[in-house]
Amino acid sequence: MNAAALSRPLAALGRATLALMAATGRLSLFVGETLSHLLRPPFYLREFWLACLNIGWLSLPVVGMTALFTGAALALQIYAGGARFSAEQVVPSITAIGMVRELGPVLGGLMVAARVASSIAAEIGTMKVTEQIDALTTLSTNPMKYLTVPRVLAATLCVPMLVGVGDVIGIMGGWMVGVNRLGFNSATYLKNTWDFLEFWDVGSGLVKGAAFGFIVATMGCYHGMNSGRGAQGVGRATKSAVVAASVAILAANYVLTEAFFSA
Amino acid sequence: MITLDAITRSFGSKHVLRGVDLVVPTGQSTVIIGGSGTGKSVLLKCILGLIEPDGGKITLDGVDVHEGERDAFLARFGMLFQGGALFDSFSVWENVAFRLLRGALKRPKAEAREIAIEKLRRVGLSPDVADLYPAELSGGMQKRVGLARAIAAEPEIIFFDEPTTGLDPIMAGVINELIREIVTEMGATAMTITHDMSSVRAIADRVAMLHAGKIRWEGPIAEMDETSDPYVQQFIHGRAEGPIETLR
Repeated sequence: MNAAALSRPLAALGRATLALMAATGRLSLFVGETLSHLLRPPFYLREFWLACLNIGWLSLPVVGMTALFTGAALALQIYAGGARFSAEQVVPSITAIGMVRELGPVLGGLMVAARVASSIAAEIGTMKVTEQIDALTTLSTNPMKYLTVPRVLAATLCVPMLVGVGDVIGIMGGWMVGVNRLGFNSATYLKNTWDFLEFWDVGSGLVKGAAFGFIVATMGCYHGMNSGRGAQGVGRATKSAVVAASVAILAANYVLTEAFFSA
Repeated sequence: MITLDAITRSFGSKHVLRGVDLVVPTGQSTVIIGGSGTGKSVLLKCILGLIEPDGGKITLDGVDVHEGERDAFLARFGMLFQGGALFDSFSVWENVAFRLLRGALKRPKAEAREIAIEKLRRVGLSPDVADLYPAELSGGMQKRVGLARAIAAEPEIIFFDEPTTGLDPIMAGVINELIREIVTEMGATAMTITHDMSSVRAIADRVAMLHAGKIRWEGPIAEMDETSDPYVQQFIHGRAEGPIETLR
């Protein structure tokens, strides 16, 4: 094997590393620009409210259904696991803590990523390939301010609310299974849940929700704004937005959990 | 007056603009002709700052386009995009009045709507169209709405990017006539890029041909047919044979 053949994998690794660094730099600049526009007028309130409607209100069914079934399945699993060492009574408390600390924000974030990051990337990507973003600029409207800032702000504010609602629905899912399938007393189940949860259990999940909302909208906008040409370019941008948002949510979840709960 | 001085722009290894020098006189209609992929749209976007040139200088009335307030600079321009570039989520009148509903030129909603309807009427569309959405319009109607949007704020300079592409010959003729009338009555400086020779003859006061990243020929429309430049002759007569290489 000659030296050129040996260096080929190294060259490929180098190219991939450089591409990753360049993409990270571009994304960092994009985030920086978004944050700088958050504080400077003009503010597009109509766009903000429309984004709240799309990201918050219209995501409620999918987040609610996800939380309901997750809470229900979680109660069954905890009951089955707890039965191995006669600890079935922990179902209400562990279901609640599992939902509000982890599953509510993470699954809520992932569902919003699937629904919202894709739609933002597709919408902005299509606007880019049909020159609507150029048109915005020629009409003296900054696309970052008009398209990105309202969506990022709306997602950062709305996803914690979705997580909060999802927490309640998830706990109710566990309660339904606990009372109807596992023979728990309804009032006792709810009292155990209420007594066990602490403020920071819920608060940490809401903070995670805000971080995940920011990630989802930023990834959707970034990949939409950098979409390639044609239907294939928009398709690729949409896929990249969902994948990047999902991976970033899972990574951020670990980092935040370490920050909030490590001893 | 817009002056382009040695403008260069490359995309990777592809050198699209290789030193474009051009003067677009105030109050005249200049048409840039050239084959597909010669960088006509890139040139237009460089002037507006939508694409950053790699080198050279662009001035508007003697002032570098990168100096001064960007919003004030852009407020002097209107642009008709090739595909219309209408905003899907807005109705026709909201598209036309986009600039009048926000920013420095903001007007009350009723007044902006009134202006939009008047501009729609000017481009031959009835007020009934105002509340429709772009997806409900034909290609020709979308071009007219795009034209109405370009002139809504009465800009001093209007750019037209392939204004008749995708239209049937009759509709293309109507759009050409509208552009000529509007530019004349507004006294605006117009810059059009096209490879449609009927558009060139209908719209142009001056013509410039872009080839191989440079202005190959430039002059008044009256001199275009008489020029001995073989590139211009091949292009305006649509000949396959000639110095411009064609793919077969």
